[in-house]
Amino acid sequence: MTPLQGCLLVSALLFAIGLAGAVTRRNAILALVGIELMLNAANLNFIAFWRYGPHPEALSGMMVVIFSIAIAAAEAAVGLALIIAIYRHYRTVNLDEIKDLKG
Amino acid sequence: MFETLDQIFVTLKHQAVGFCPDAWQPFVSALVSIAFIPLVFATLFAFVTVIERKGLGRIQNRYGPNRVGIPLTKIRLCGFGQFIPDGIKSLTKEDIVPRAADQVVHFLAPVVLLIPVLLAYAVLPVGRNMTAADFDAGVLFFFAVGGAVELSVFMAGWSSHNKYSLLGAMRAIAQMISYEIPLILSAVTVIMIVGSLKTVDIVAAQNHYLFGLAHWFVFTPWGLAGFILFFIASLAESNRTPFDLPEAESEIIAGYFTEYSGFKFALFFLGEYLGMFAVSGLGITLFLGGWTAPLSFLTWVPSYVWFFAKLMALVFIFIWIRGTLPRLRMDQLMNFAWKFMLPLSLVNIVAAGLWHFMGAGPLRWAVCSALISGSYAILGWGLMRNQKLGKRTYRFAD
Amino acid sequence: MSPAFVIIAFVTLFAAAAAMSLRNLVHCALSLVVALAGLAALYLQLGAQFVGFAQILVYVGAVAILIVFAVLLTRSDATPNQAILAPGWIVGILVSAVVFATLGWAALNSTGLPKEMSPAPEATVRNIGDQLMTQYVLPLEVIGLLLTAALIGAVIIAMKEEPQKTRIEDGRLKMEKPSGPSSILHPPSSSGGHA
Repeated sequence: MTPLQGCLLVSALLFAIGLAGAVTRRNAILALVGIELMLNAANLNFIAFWRYGPHPEALSGMMVVIFSIAIAAAEAAVGLALIIAIYRHYRTVNLDEIKDLKG
Repeated sequence: MFETLDQIFVTLKHQAVGFCPDAWQPFVSALVSIAFIPLVFATLFAFVTVIERKGLGRIQNRYGPNRVGIPLTKIRLCGFGQFIPDGIKSLTKEDIVPRAADQVVHFLAPVVLLIPVLLAYAVLPVGRNMTAADFDAGVLFFFAVGGAVELSVFMAGWSSHNKYSLLGAMRAIAQMISYEIPLILSAVTVIMIVGSLKTVDIVAAQNHYLFGLAHWFVFTPWGLAGFILFFIASLAESNRTPFDLPEAESEIIAGYFTEYSGFKFALFFLGEYLGMFAVSGLGITLFLGGWTAPLSFLTWVPSYVWFFAKLMALVFIFIWIRGTLPRLRMDQLMNFAWKFMLPLSLVNIVAAGLWHFMGAGPLRWAVCSALISGSYAILGWGLMRNQKLGKRTYRFAD
Repeated sequence: MSPAFVIIAFVTLFAAAAAMSLRNLVHCALSLVVALAGLAALYLQLGAQFVGFAQILVYVGAVAILIVFAVLLTRSDATPNQAILAPGWIVGILVSAVVFATLGWAALNSTGLPKEMSPAPEATVRNIGDQLMTQYVLPLEVIGLLLTAALIGAVIIAMKEEPQKTRIEDGRLKMEKPSGPSSILHPPSSSGGHA
């Protein structure tokens, strides 16, 4: 197994863990944590391909990761602000109890 | 002769590493560089605690500790041996952990404080060729590990299961993240002018002399403003007076380390002072020329002597400010950070850019100084116009 | 694969699994910090110095603190007594297992992956800066706008709405309009009834 394949496996496993957590946990904040893990797994993928890919001097993998980190930070900020606003209204962050729009 | 004295630690390290077998040499070399950091800075911490108590005492018109020499001997040190009994006391005190506290997180909080703070010393150029780790993005590394300190503050405050600890921790984190922005932005001006994030390059850019006076960045208008902003922000980052509301005894007992006793408290204390030294060290590297001498005829003094002299001067100013200024309230603190220091640091970046692109001469001095002092006046007027500060009146109970 | 890579990867995955499965939310947030720091170590091990330090600065220093603040502000920091998993959690685990199996199979059996390992590239900060100012200047400006919009939006969404105040005026009860986010977008008009 080449180092690149090792990195890709780690990234895939991290993505799967993030997905499992985001889908199965009841708390809204943990869903966001799962999304952050998935974003990070994708970043690891980009860096692995930048390092072991054909044109590492083009730095494109690194650039995408820099922008992805910034975007993820912005998204986490807005998402958590939304969760706080939802808590203020529903008094709970349990995703099973926030179902006014369901059905 | 003075060059050998200057490089004496480097040559000693090379010789010590040369004794080891070839395969182990990089490992031993790294180990020696790393071991130097806790040894030197922890002894400096011990020394500074005594200096602080004596200095604060003198400012407050009393003596500080002035009796303790080296215990069990007849050596008299006029109080400078105070750290020995203090250390023994903190080691032998009972380590009380509240039963409702989260045991694992409570235990790990001082550890998580110390590790990033000690890591931050790796990029400081203590002398010529004496940087432990010369990263390509050295200054970014310093700020990155500085951000990890806030997490330890939260861990300490939350795990104690104590209202006052949590409140102190939240205040401390809010203060630290607010003042991190002017800290980083004032460092950005230096990085912009030098064109590199390596601390060694930043010191090398200040290592030439103009009419005998060094070319330190603090001698330029944007550098002076940047240094003052950096210094105030570092006061806030280390939770020192006038920004020590989160841990002041008269306000919130001890804030986030209320429930810590014995050695863990000593570790928090150590972490705070080490953080103070680290951020002063970075300020010296960025603005005060690192290990360079101020005047060109003083370059024979070894480089590390200059670094530690400047560090001691900055620490003395920290102590002086602590003894002189009153504490800021939380909302005053946050107002100051967001409404005064942040716009001023942005104006400073513009001034540094103008400085770089105008040619050398009196015009750029005039323009940059006018820009910075003008915005300082406007921001100060904006913040002060709602304050009604008059002559102090007293109301006596009659 | 070097032993350093294996150890760091193991720590990261273990911390990520802990972050998603612990009961107490603050413990989850702290395990997430370990996972993110492990990822930063992986980036450093792969030679991406700037990205590794930026990851620590942004994620550990800011996003983790955000998550912790959100946990505290929504009063979720006590260990919950009821079930922590949503109903139908087994389907979620199955789906993620299938996703991992697909990605893993693709990674191991793909023929498009480069076979020979190129030497470590030089990614100095100067090169990154050059690229950011020449080829990627448009994304840089857009990111600036995006972060500004996210900052303002987050502040407005999370701002506290002041409760409706009642006061006696002209002998009758008068309700004041609540201030807060709605008042920024719709300033109170002098003629009542238009909003």
